[in-house]
Amino acid sequence: MSARPIIRREYANAVLGRYGALFDVPPLQRAFALAIPLAIAGFAVFATWWLAIPFGQIASGLAQLAKFVALMFPPSTGGHLNLLLRAMAETLAIAFLGTLIATVVAFPISFLAARNTTPYPVVRFAIRRSLDTIRSIDALIWALVFVGVVGLGPFAGILAIAVSDTGALGKLFSEAIESTEDRARESVLANGGTSLLAVRFGLLPQVLPIIAGQILYFCESNVRSATIIGIVGAGGIGLQLSEQIRTYDFDQVAFAVIMILVTVATIDWISGKLRFAIIGRRAVV
Amino acid sequence: MTSQILSVPPARLEVLLADYQREVGRRRRQSLLVLAILAILIAIAARFGEVDLNNLVRNISNFTSYFGRIAPRLSVVNFGADVADWYWNIGGWLKLLLDTVLIAYLGTLFGAGSALAMAFLAAVNLAPSNLLRWSIKRIFEFCRTVPDLVFALMFVSAFGLGPLAGILAIAIHTFGALGKLFTEAIENIDMKPVEGVRSTGSRFIEIVRFGALPQVMASFASYTLLRFEINVRSGAVVGMVGAGGIGQDLFVAIRKFYYTDVSAILLMLIVSVAIIDLVTERIRHRLAGQEAGR
Repeated sequence: MSARPIIRREYANAVLGRYGALFDVPPLQRAFALAIPLAIAGFAVFATWWLAIPFGQIASGLAQLAKFVALMFPPSTGGHLNLLLRAMAETLAIAFLGTLIATVVAFPISFLAARNTTPYPVVRFAIRRSLDTIRSIDALIWALVFVGVVGLGPFAGILAIAVSDTGALGKLFSEAIESTEDRARESVLANGGTSLLAVRFGLLPQVLPIIAGQILYFCESNVRSATIIGIVGAGGIGLQLSEQIRTYDFDQVAFAVIMILVTVATIDWISGKLRFAIIGRRAVV
Repeated sequence: MTSQILSVPPARLEVLLADYQREVGRRRRQSLLVLAILAILIAIAARFGEVDLNNLVRNISNFTSYFGRIAPRLSVVNFGADVADWYWNIGGWLKLLLDTVLIAYLGTLFGAGSALAMAFLAAVNLAPSNLLRWSIKRIFEFCRTVPDLVFALMFVSAFGLGPLAGILAIAIHTFGALGKLFTEAIENIDMKPVEGVRSTGSRFIEIVRFGALPQVMASFASYTLLRFEINVRSGAVVGMVGAGGIGQDLFVAIRKFYYTDVSAILLMLIVSVAIIDLVTERIRHRLAGQEAGR
């Protein structure tokens, strides 16, 4: 008994005839598909050469790093738990107040930056560009500037977060406003309402849940940024963290990092619940 | 014939109005409650945050005049020389800026590469083992929650000053952030091709390569490009703690009040981020188009 082919020859030919083109990629296209990974790798080689990465240091650095990690256990408060807790509270305060101020400032601005509510396109363009510029400077750089203005301490951090988030929130709010439906606004106008009333009763109910969700999200991510701006002296746990790294107190570093992890996880959880409560109630919008 | 507006009988009207008042009152009370909670939170936060409005009012002119001070002194008559004076170190800064971009590039590449390798093991629909999936997810979480600046500080201590520390710090943070996004993208794929490949008796790696990867490649590339742009910004920041790139110079300029240097470096950074933003957005739109056409 001869071996039977798995698939009959005429079927195989039919399938090949139908889908043959899939296997018959022209060589140029094949070369092009290969060119992208090659270009990525080539640029990486160039980057390594340009930056003069000291490969010799990698082994000793890793050994050093292993030593650091070994020093981290067991994590310890170093006897100043109160200080760390206070610093963490400061971090939360910075994130909260920074987001709040950014919201209060960004909210009216965003109406000027939205296509459907701005009085003049020129105003919209100018505000958009300034928001972009503010946004492209990192919060840490703003923190450095504000430390020079109001002195060391968490207040500088609050202002830094407030400014850099005004840029981001202003953009997001104005996009939320632009994506609303005009009908509700028009019906208020048709009933003889002023344009202010139209915004209040026709537009705000549509954007508020979206905006609330975004604010919560930013509050969350600001807790993360607020943990680092202390490095430049703008308050929060970053100051302790950077000092401990510089003085090689790695058991305390580990403790601070665990505190950050727990706090961020808790805030994520709370804001997830709140977000669900706000947006879930109005799933139709 | 006179037109007549249908009027509601007074008794019914009263009921409706009462209902309306009650509903409005309920919502008013709710809003007041939220406002009260907010006010209490603000009071507590203001205490911990050492908010000092007097200090702000006293020094706000410092802030506004800061922009005046960092503004370059340019005149129309002597424009070329003034610009040359403003950008007196253009060669050095351009080199450092390129350093920062390359640090971000290598960091993104390593971070995205390792995230790509791990994400398939962390996705609930493909993961071979639940324990492995859980631990990889925790690793992702750890890497993206610990600020990249903290990693940078530690790596500067371990590897010495220079770009290596910056690359590693950015790579680790990128690994955590992209790992999460990649995993979510994989969890949303169509499982039919995966089942098709699995039914031929393929191993895990082949299922991933032929069943899952083609579906997520475009969104992975798009996320990675977005991350690259973010990393150029944080590349400038990790430079501040000595991890290479232009951050160090910016830090020194701000701290030592070399005002016009601050504006010169910031402008270069803003422009290069904007250019990278534009280019990556173009590519991402093309990728999104491919995705839709597939």
